[in-house]
Amino acid sequence: MTATVSTVHVWSGIAISVVQVIALVLGAPLALGLMAKVRARVEGRVGAPIRQPLLDLRKLLTKERVHAEHASAALPIVPFVVAASVVVAVAISPLISTSPALSESADLLVVVSLLLAGSVALAIGGLDTGTAFGGMGASRAMTIGALAEPALLVAVVALAIQAGSTNLPAIVAGTLAHPAWAASPERLLALGALSIVVLAETGRLPVDNPSTHLELTMIHEAMVLEYAGPDLALVTVGQAMRLGLLVALIANLFFPWGVATSFSPAAIAIGLVALGLKVTVIVVVIALVEVRTAKLRLFRVPELLAGGFVLAVLAVVTGLVTR
Amino acid sequence: MTLLLLGLALGALAAAAAALPVHLRVPVSCLLVAGACVLAFLGAVAELRSGHVSTAHTAALLPMNGIELRLDPLAALFIATTAFVGFAAAIYSIGYAHGPLRSRTAVVSFALFVTSLLCVPAASSVATLLFAWEMMAVTSLLLLLAEHRRRAQALDAARWYGAMTQAGAAAILLGLLLLAAHSGGQDFTAIRAHAPSISIPIRSIAFVLVLLGFASKAGAVPLHVWLPRAHPEAPSPVSALMSGAMVSLGIYGIIRVGGDLLDGGVLWWWLVVLALGVVSALYGALHATASSDLKRLLAYSTIDSMGLVLIGVGAAGALRTTGHPHAATLSMVAALFFVVAHASFKGCLFLAAGAAERATGTRDLDRLGGLARPMAATTVLFCVAALAVIALPPFSGFAGEWLLLQGLLHGFSDTSTATVIALLVGVVALALAAGLTAVAFVKALGIGFLGRPRTQGAAEAREVAPTMRLAMGILALPCLLLGLVPGLVIPMVARAANAGFALPSASPVVPGAGLDLSGFNGAIEPALLAIAIVAGLGAIWMTLRVVANRATRRAEAWGSGREVQTARMQYTATAFGEPLQRVFTDVLRPDNDLEVTHAAESRFYTQAVTYSNRVDDAVERSLYRPVISALAWWGTVARRAQNGSVHRYLAFSFVALVIVLVVLA
Repeated sequence: MTATVSTVHVWSGIAISVVQVIALVLGAPLALGLMAKVRARVEGRVGAPIRQPLLDLRKLLTKERVHAEHASAALPIVPFVVAASVVVAVAISPLISTSPALSESADLLVVVSLLLAGSVALAIGGLDTGTAFGGMGASRAMTIGALAEPALLVAVVALAIQAGSTNLPAIVAGTLAHPAWAASPERLLALGALSIVVLAETGRLPVDNPSTHLELTMIHEAMVLEYAGPDLALVTVGQAMRLGLLVALIANLFFPWGVATSFSPAAIAIGLVALGLKVTVIVVVIALVEVRTAKLRLFRVPELLAGGFVLAVLAVVTGLVTR
Repeated sequence: MTLLLLGLALGALAAAAAALPVHLRVPVSCLLVAGACVLAFLGAVAELRSGHVSTAHTAALLPMNGIELRLDPLAALFIATTAFVGFAAAIYSIGYAHGPLRSRTAVVSFALFVTSLLCVPAASSVATLLFAWEMMAVTSLLLLLAEHRRRAQALDAARWYGAMTQAGAAAILLGLLLLAAHSGGQDFTAIRAHAPSISIPIRSIAFVLVLLGFASKAGAVPLHVWLPRAHPEAPSPVSALMSGAMVSLGIYGIIRVGGDLLDGGVLWWWLVVLALGVVSALYGALHATASSDLKRLLAYSTIDSMGLVLIGVGAAGALRTTGHPHAATLSMVAALFFVVAHASFKGCLFLAAGAAERATGTRDLDRLGGLARPMAATTVLFCVAALAVIALPPFSGFAGEWLLLQGLLHGFSDTSTATVIALLVGVVALALAAGLTAVAFVKALGIGFLGRPRTQGAAEAREVAPTMRLAMGILALPCLLLGLVPGLVIPMVARAANAGFALPSASPVVPGAGLDLSGFNGAIEPALLAIAIVAGLGAIWMTLRVVANRATRRAEAWGSGREVQTARMQYTATAFGEPLQRVFTDVLRPDNDLEVTHAAESRFYTQAVTYSNRVDDAVERSLYRPVISALAWWGTVARRAQNGSVHRYLAFSFVALVIVLVVLA
């Protein structure tokens, strides 16, 4: 499938990627702000403005970096790796259009592995600080990540069997061409599995509590205790974009309508608006679920992930039986 | 072929260099071994690029039928891989070998070990193969014993290794002899020609026997028990050779006999291979997360990687027998590419682990840490290889796992239920093993090399000799290169896959820098992804330089308000793996002991708390221990008959004679 790609194609792809990255850099923190707002309103509070996460980021950028005194050269690199891996994943995924830059390489496994690269970098940073909390967060995050990985990959396989490829744009385009796929039983089962994985991979309730202040219950927060200023801003933006990317991918894999299939300003604008709407709906649903959920004990999380894994296997089996 | 023969001769010459005085012995012999590897590598790559098959025959060197060598693409791929690891290991040994490793025995064994590793894939008759195979087993056993005076565990490891490798060789011998007997010649050409006419049950018995031997060499669970003992106790360059080259010769043997000589065989053979792969991948990965000994962790990770390769080989064989040659070739290419990638990253990891052990005197992760500053080069190279194992883009492991997944995925078009179920189980194992491997190597890197030094030894670590760093660098290079431009070796790997499985010659991957499947919709361009990552890093860095505060200071890490934080408060490797150990407690079956000593004055005051956690090999405990105790019991019983009295022995002879006469009469 190496078509000779024209120069125009390359540049339009890069333009789409840049738009996607900018949209998520600004949009993902807003999505977090929206979640906090919904949560506050449901709990009967006014809550911070939706743009609060962006304001926090601006404040962080003006502060100085503080590095742990025993950390090696690895620690300062980690925030860059975390941010860059998710930026590349966002740039190549079919979020606004089915043809961003490198869309031939936008394999599901590539995106999954780029996100894994971010998690690995964070865990290594956590261990590099030489503190108890960093190691604790790294251990827990890697454990949950390792158990979420099979559910994620098997759900991916379910989608790939239907579309005959693990290429993301191919799956999205396939769903646009065959709307019946979106409502097929294997898709719905895979959706269930992926939803659980997204909650685990982005550190939301009931797996991890993003607003905790108690170190002993932390997972993600424990690994990032040692970042300050611009480093913390990068890690925070990376984590927000990770959530934004996974939510946007779920939206487009299961409900792809609105994604631009041609390179025209109107189609891109529609793609942008459609993405915003879809992400808003999903994020509000997540927030409403979170309000009603208590955090699971750490050793109950594997059971949740095993449930996700079973759903994913059922999705593959259903797909194989009904094809 | 000429280059390979010259290489083998140079290897033998390197063994002769042991006669030199002690300070010359190691450098001269190691350089000769490195030269032998270069020659073999060049010869093998030349054959791989041209796709020719050449043969050589010497009647003089070995009794019976002499030595038969045949260099086809499959053999050439394994020789090239072995030679690459051998070259690096030889360079590394120059700086590493001291003490008992400079003895004549060790020098001769090392040279002959590398030479026999190069010889095994080229062997083209039963006698030649077994000769090279046994030489490899005996020399590696001697090397494993080289340091036994320092570490008593080496002796125990050598016993296990010796027993397992000899049992395996016996099984291979029986299987191959069975085939030779039915085809009227011990030459591989004769066996290949007669194989289709041998009845299926005979072929199956032969394959199962051969599989037992080769799978044990490849570290497939439950025949793996020697591996987590022998790899850690062997000197590090030997561990690198064992893990990077010797173990994959087990894979070679399975492909050579099952795919090539017996022409694919029956579906269930390959389902068994795939099942072995699934069990090995999961068991190895799980134990790697639980190990706190760095080299033991790497040994279990080798079992995991070989499991993934076996999954690929099994899927390829199954798809081939069910009539899907194109998908079969893809799986085979994936498996062989993974073998090549594994040789470099695992070789590099073992060498780096050896460097850390040399610098600190320990390989216990709980006693390491803080090596990033004094041993920056070793840490960076370990990190590169670890990222390749975790299979992160754009490192070589990622390309390998992507190919494996594509091979399994495109096999789903198969209609046979058994195959589809097997492939699905393969995908699940691949996914779970990938996640667990990430945990194991984040632990190895983060706890072993980063953080604060946990002991005095770790705090006083110094960077190792330049030759050792060079060798690690040589092996780290392909981790990145094969990941960035996998297309560089794919045509050669595809040729080897075709030769090994007598499959159609169309490559399943379009020639080019990246991986672009032909016939299936799937492609990745790792080099472009790497450029995108670098561009992303650059863009972020530039943006921060413009908009962010650039001041940096160092301060004490957050300790929840505690005044003093010591290195002992860091997470340990045991603690890091504990959550997973608890989740998989039924498989790992850890021994946990909590011992509380009370103060003499009052039971309400605690004097000391001792916690110990041990994860033994559950397969060894439940499968091998009963056999060993049964053997020991039989030994005790049999000893009663042996009291040293000549009269009794004469009586035994008499009774035996009578029985023989009665039977014959």
